[in-house]
Amino acid sequence: MIDQALRDAGLSIKDVDGVCHAGSSMQLAEYLGVHPRFTDSTMTGGSSFEVHVEHAAAAIAAGLADVVISVYASTPRGDRARAGTGGGGRRGGPPPGMGPNPGLEWEMPAGIRLPMGAYALAATRHMAKYGTTAEQLAQIAVSTREWATMNPKARYQSPITIDDVLNSPMQSSPLHLLDCCLVTDGAGAFVMTSAERAKSLAKAPAYVLGVGTCHDHSMISQMPDLTTTAGTVSGPAAFSMAGIKAGDVDLLMGYDSFTITALLHLEDLGFCGKGEGGPFAEDGRLGPGGSLPMNTNGGGLSYTHPGMYGMFLLVEAVRQLRGECGQRQVPGAEIAVAHGSGGVLSCMSTVVLGAEAALS
Amino acid sequence: MSATPPRRMEPPVIPVAEPFWAATRERRLVVQWCLECDRPVFYPRENCPLCLSTNLEWRDCSGEGSLYSFTVNHLSGNPTGAEGPFPVAIVELAEGFRMMSNVVNCPLEHLEVDMALRVTWEELSDGRNYPLFEPAGGTA
Ligand SMILES: [Zn+2]
Repeated sequence: MIDQALRDAGLSIKDVDGVCHAGSSMQLAEYLGVHPRFTDSTMTGGSSFEVHVEHAAAAIAAGLADVVISVYASTPRGDRARAGTGGGGRRGGPPPGMGPNPGLEWEMPAGIRLPMGAYALAATRHMAKYGTTAEQLAQIAVSTREWATMNPKARYQSPITIDDVLNSPMQSSPLHLLDCCLVTDGAGAFVMTSAERAKSLAKAPAYVLGVGTCHDHSMISQMPDLTTTAGTVSGPAAFSMAGIKAGDVDLLMGYDSFTITALLHLEDLGFCGKGEGGPFAEDGRLGPGGSLPMNTNGGGLSYTHPGMYGMFLLVEAVRQLRGECGQRQVPGAEIAVAHGSGGVLSCMSTVVLGAEAALS
Repeated sequence: MSATPPRRMEPPVIPVAEPFWAATRERRLVVQWCLECDRPVFYPRENCPLCLSTNLEWRDCSGEGSLYSFTVNHLSGNPTGAEGPFPVAIVELAEGFRMMSNVVNCPLEHLEVDMALRVTWEELSDGRNYPLFEPAGGTA
């Protein structure tokens, strides 16, 4: 995967002097035989890779590194098949790290199924507070599947209807099976270097125009407001750095672990007002031909979701800016936003990417 | 698929939370209070997460609250010991903090965000009690 990414960029492993990994950058570097002078093992769940972009951009700008890589590969589906079980191996609570995991004491005894239950709690509150409907949430899954029909690599490519979503088995109310992301195997990688160096490389670069990150809790019961994420901080920070407004965005790659996740991003990044995500999604504007193409690869809902999906947001955003997306290409896409969500709506990280044309 | 019904997963006790669990033996719900900020601190910590003060004391709660949000878990592997789908809740306590729990003594179709709740207790194997919540007016 790293080899493919480097060849795509016209670079080799010998050029790499910075390594990011959402686990152990030391292990990754040792495996690759790289002795990096910039290293980053930031692990914020699904948004780790957007944070890696942020850190790598800062490191390159500060002269700490010239060429930085990040890679992600995970095989939960294969692991499950090999274990011969129907599941049960899903992560149970926030990642451990500092002493006892408070989730064991304050959440798990209540029988919450994570991560799904956390998002369900957010959805229930959003529906009660703003009148958001199950149909509106389902429309996000439907629009996303429409994109997936045009991605030959998507796991699910057959169109679905709102009724299909509502009739799929209830998991953790109000979330149905088709409100939830897949569990697939998958891998992705990115290579970053300075804008100056990128000019002479193999492919047209995607430029990092703005970045922003914020997290406001780890356990869902500690989230300050179940209907408002830290994207209200990371999004404006990234947009401001890039000098753009929501209306300038040609493509939104918004982390869709669940339909409610994507709906909250629409509001918190300012594509619509707080509480208006349901009506905003309702008319299909997020699908092909709509005014805000979202998750054109088919998303975590239909394309792939190996556990920490944020890498795939970046990969699709870059492909769209380069015009490599074939049937699902967003015509003339110049500005793409990759917005990662990690933990249980915990760590939001926003990356604004632009094609060459967006620089002028 | 065990023959005996599953028991609730019993919460471990971190040292700083010992007074919380000790009070549950008398079916009292207590919370840490920051005397600098004059506000509750939950879950229990060494320091207030707003001002980092260690000037904290334990106070009794009224046991009254409301249903901040809930989800009915339809999945297998129920660690609460309940039969069938069961509600997981975040409860907003009158004192101004939130905790995760379950709503009991309430038909699923009567669950409603912001409904009034009061604490009730489930005995754990070691004499502690686990705080659950039920409709404030009794069984709905
Ligand atoms: Zn304080």
